[in-house]
Amino acid sequence: MGTLKNEAGKPVLMRMVKGIQDNKAYLGEVDGLIGDGDHGMNMNKGFTVFEDRFKDEDISFTEGLDELGMILLNEIGGSMGPIYGTIFMDMAEAGEDLDEISAADFAEMLEAGLNGLYGIVDARVGDKTLVDTLSPAVDVMKKAGETGQDFKEALAEMKAAAEAGRDSTKDMVAKYGRSSRLGERSRGVLDAGATSCCIILTAMADGIMELL
Amino acid sequence: MQRIMNNPDNIVDEMLKGFLKAHSDIVEATDNGRVVKAKDIPEGKVGVVTGGGSGHKPAFIGYVGKNMCDAAAVGEICSSPTAAAFLDACKVADQGKGVACLYGNYSGDNMNVKMAVKMAKKAGITVKTVVANDDVASAPKDQREKRRGVAGEVLMWKVGGAKAAQGGDLDEVIAAAQKAIDNTRSVGIGLTPCTLPAVGHPNFEIKDGTMEVGIGHHGEPGIEVCELETADKMAKRMVDIVVPDYPFVEGDEVVVLVSGLGATPVMELYVLYDEIDRLLQEKGIKTHKAYVGNYFTSLEMMGATLTIMKLDDELKELIDMPAYSMGLKQV
Repeated sequence: MGTLKNEAGKPVLMRMVKGIQDNKAYLGEVDGLIGDGDHGMNMNKGFTVFEDRFKDEDISFTEGLDELGMILLNEIGGSMGPIYGTIFMDMAEAGEDLDEISAADFAEMLEAGLNGLYGIVDARVGDKTLVDTLSPAVDVMKKAGETGQDFKEALAEMKAAAEAGRDSTKDMVAKYGRSSRLGERSRGVLDAGATSCCIILTAMADGIMELL
Repeated sequence: MQRIMNNPDNIVDEMLKGFLKAHSDIVEATDNGRVVKAKDIPEGKVGVVTGGGSGHKPAFIGYVGKNMCDAAAVGEICSSPTAAAFLDACKVADQGKGVACLYGNYSGDNMNVKMAVKMAKKAGITVKTVVANDDVASAPKDQREKRRGVAGEVLMWKVGGAKAAQGGDLDEVIAAAQKAIDNTRSVGIGLTPCTLPAVGHPNFEIKDGTMEVGIGHHGEPGIEVCELETADKMAKRMVDIVVPDYPFVEGDEVVVLVSGLGATPVMELYVLYDEIDRLLQEKGIKTHKAYVGNYFTSLEMMGATLTIMKLDDELKELIDMPAYSMGLKQV
């Protein structure tokens, strides 16, 4: 079982920041193949603003998610600003009253993020977007919550599901976003949003596992 | 990468500082560091707003000025401005008559504008939008709603800005801008890739001796990569893509806009324009007005875009009105 203490969850956020910072160039390259190449740069900028602003602040996991979401939404823009901004802020809202976050709670938070995303984009599974990473991750966590699976085990499975989801975008043809204009030419390349989402979910899982 | 810059992460803010100083007779800063407004906006008019990623100078802030846009939201390089910036641009442009937000069809801009429109509504400001989709190469004709906005946006701003300056109400401004973009088609040819300063190397490739037909303003791949051609052949290729799509036909009066993509010498744009005009004349299409220069660029990409807009009496009058902005000055 195990739960994450919300007020002690800041290291999870810092791990997400590091995940994005370490992969700045890689995300730019992935995005450059069928997009415009700015994905790594903008994500890095937003996450680094968060790091600079809150590295010395005492904030909980959900407070941090909310702040990070606001920074992406209000200060970074692009497509990823509203997309990740909405996901993080809706996740934060779903978990803000919790002192202890269980696997089932985390599943609810992730699902709230996904539903928030569905409110602003029409993309669904199979459209070669970050939904392909996030949706299977949500499914794994929800199932874990329902069956009372060990949180750590569930997180390991969630990571695998996110990776498989990310990899599934390689053979897809993009239907939304900038790469959708390429049709068949978008096949054979990972989606940049699906890739960054996998990095974020992996960092989140690793960060939470350490604190369980 | 041979670039004039300090810290690439600050390039947009540093550019803005210089721009505001150099054009202090036209524009001024606002409380939002990523929103530029026109100086001395005439009272009582409908607000006209735009915005987009940076790296396309003169777009977008270069079209803020008299009889043009009243404010523009500024994004990171090749990245949409925030919803907050679009909202603040609407706020500074609003005089109680509503705001026309005229922008290009990109997923980030669409999302952020959508959020800004919602927030503006809560703040009591009516914002209506026109989304430019003039790039013929970015989607088939039956999926026009998916096409990107490119240099045709300049003509949309010219028309929308003029209509608002004439005293048109919000619906009239929106209708005029919508007609402008509906009557407009564009295509681009790229000869070299472009480099985001913070990335440091091009994120796509155009091999020496080749060119990419239909390339997007951010290097989005086009419809065909072929051998580099002479200017005359390029002109023919562009005309053959743009003209049949609308289609522009014998007897039409049009505006022709040839824009460089950033690094192509302006001299070459005139070589291209000369042949474009000849080809149009051959088809019985009359150029009422031509714009040739760097109107909408993609960092240091080499290449050009061709944009053609069909005129009617209203569009002609609006296009012919004087304008004073950094990117377009017309007496």
